[in-house]
Amino acid sequence: MLRLLQTLNRIALIKAIIAALAVVILVFLGSRNLQNFDAALIAYLLGTVFAVFGIAYRYSVWLQRPPTRLYWKRSMQFLFSRDFPFYLLRSVKLFFQNILFQRFIYHRSRTRWIGHFLLATGCLIAFAVTIPLTLGWIHFEFKPGNDTIYFAKVFGFEAGSFELGSFIAFMAFHALVWCSLLVTIGAVMMMKRRLTDGGLIATQTFEGDWLPLVLLIAISITGLGISYDYTFLQGKTYQFMAVTHAVTVILFLVWIPFGKFFHIFQRLAQLGANLYRHEGKKHGMAVCPHTHEEFATQLHVNDLKQVTKELGFDFTLKDGSNHLDLSPEGKRAALAKAHFEVRKNAGAFFG
Amino acid sequence: MQNPQYNQQMEFFIDMQRCIGCHACEMACAECETNGQESMIHIHYVERAVSVQTTVQVCMHCEDPVCANVCPADAITKDDFGVVHTANTSRCIGCSNCVLACPFGVPKKEEKAELMMKCNMCYDRTSAGKKPMCATVCPSQALFYGTREEIEKLRPNSTPVSKFLFGQEEVNTKVNIMMPKGSTELRIHP
Repeated sequence: MLRLLQTLNRIALIKAIIAALAVVILVFLGSRNLQNFDAALIAYLLGTVFAVFGIAYRYSVWLQRPPTRLYWKRSMQFLFSRDFPFYLLRSVKLFFQNILFQRFIYHRSRTRWIGHFLLATGCLIAFAVTIPLTLGWIHFEFKPGNDTIYFAKVFGFEAGSFELGSFIAFMAFHALVWCSLLVTIGAVMMMKRRLTDGGLIATQTFEGDWLPLVLLIAISITGLGISYDYTFLQGKTYQFMAVTHAVTVILFLVWIPFGKFFHIFQRLAQLGANLYRHEGKKHGMAVCPHTHEEFATQLHVNDLKQVTKELGFDFTLKDGSNHLDLSPEGKRAALAKAHFEVRKNAGAFFG
Repeated sequence: MQNPQYNQQMEFFIDMQRCIGCHACEMACAECETNGQESMIHIHYVERAVSVQTTVQVCMHCEDPVCANVCPADAITKDDFGVVHTANTSRCIGCSNCVLACPFGVPKKEEKAELMMKCNMCYDRTSAGKKPMCATVCPSQALFYGTREEIEKLRPNSTPVSKFLFGQEEVNTKVNIMMPKGSTELRIHP
């Protein structure tokens, strides 16, 4: 156990503890000293705190890698520059475009985008509903002296009301049902791809690609089971439905930092990469000495020379220039020319 | 991705001087299912203004892949067979670090999809004991996939080399380039 603790990354561990403690403090604040905390959700709360700890730990370790650290540093530098309003707006736009609508997946395949969008939208809405409920940040109460008006309280403050039996009430109380349907349809579409696409069949793994889909469907089906139970079975199977749902959700929460679901948090780096490209263009483009054409931003080429050195690669040439100054086509041509020269000097091009 | 049918006796041998620029490999590459029907092989003139020389380039599958090292999203991995796989689609953030850092100029960036793609030696085929698409169609055997014995018999005056020098950096690869007999390395910038 001691040996395991010694292998942990100290900086990441400190950040993860701070993040987990921050969540616990926010639970006390948001639920007004646990007044509004739903004790039935305690297992979910523990799973969420562990997930926050794990995500913060992995994120911190991930940010310590030289290329990631560079992107993080540059993104923050550009975002908090004098162009802050511009980059903030751009980040918000990209957040909608790439995170909420995942437009880039549409260009990979339309069907895949539909599947992923349904699945991701279901998950994101479910997170938005369940996390505040689990942490005690939102709860519902009857309006004093009225048993038909329900009002929502956020952090103990009133934030809107609706009448029981109304359309809004129906939609709100069944929000997770709609999410389950979206996730199930999306996950089945993604499974179909994995059963029929030869390339995916060759490269996929059970734990990396199938388990996340199976887990999402299990969460959705057991969640629908709870609704089915109180709607049609008068709560006779509540215990079973509630326990199986809790088990699948907690497995999901605990697994987020280790498995495929971590990509939800990694994807944010795409916004940074976009800002980096945009800002880089302002500083000028790199021109390949072979093709004499622009191929990347000079900032990117210079940063990569630095990052590769940090990683133990040194592509500096005798004349002080660098192999990385060449564009991809220039590099391929350099290899072909070197090969040609060796063959020529040997006196035979073939052999 | 562990496949017992992957034949580790089979190797990839390239001889760019044998490339006739026919583009058959490019068409065949697009048939590879792991690429999603996108051609990943590079074939082009080396210096069209002064020569008709063409070159062909597949991923060299480096022992210590620079592309994977510079990837900020941990999207590129090397498996137990030494195959460096194309970017994991859920992780790749389309930053182009790998495109610019690969010393062989191999990875391609699909701009709209914000995704890096590259040759993974037709993993759908090689993991089932078959040859990569490009090597099956190359008419001049600039691209050859077979055993070391086969290539020695076929090219008695050449030696497969998998050590490349870029300035001070030594890069060792899984894929070989055919060089004059007795060669041990290829220095790119002499």
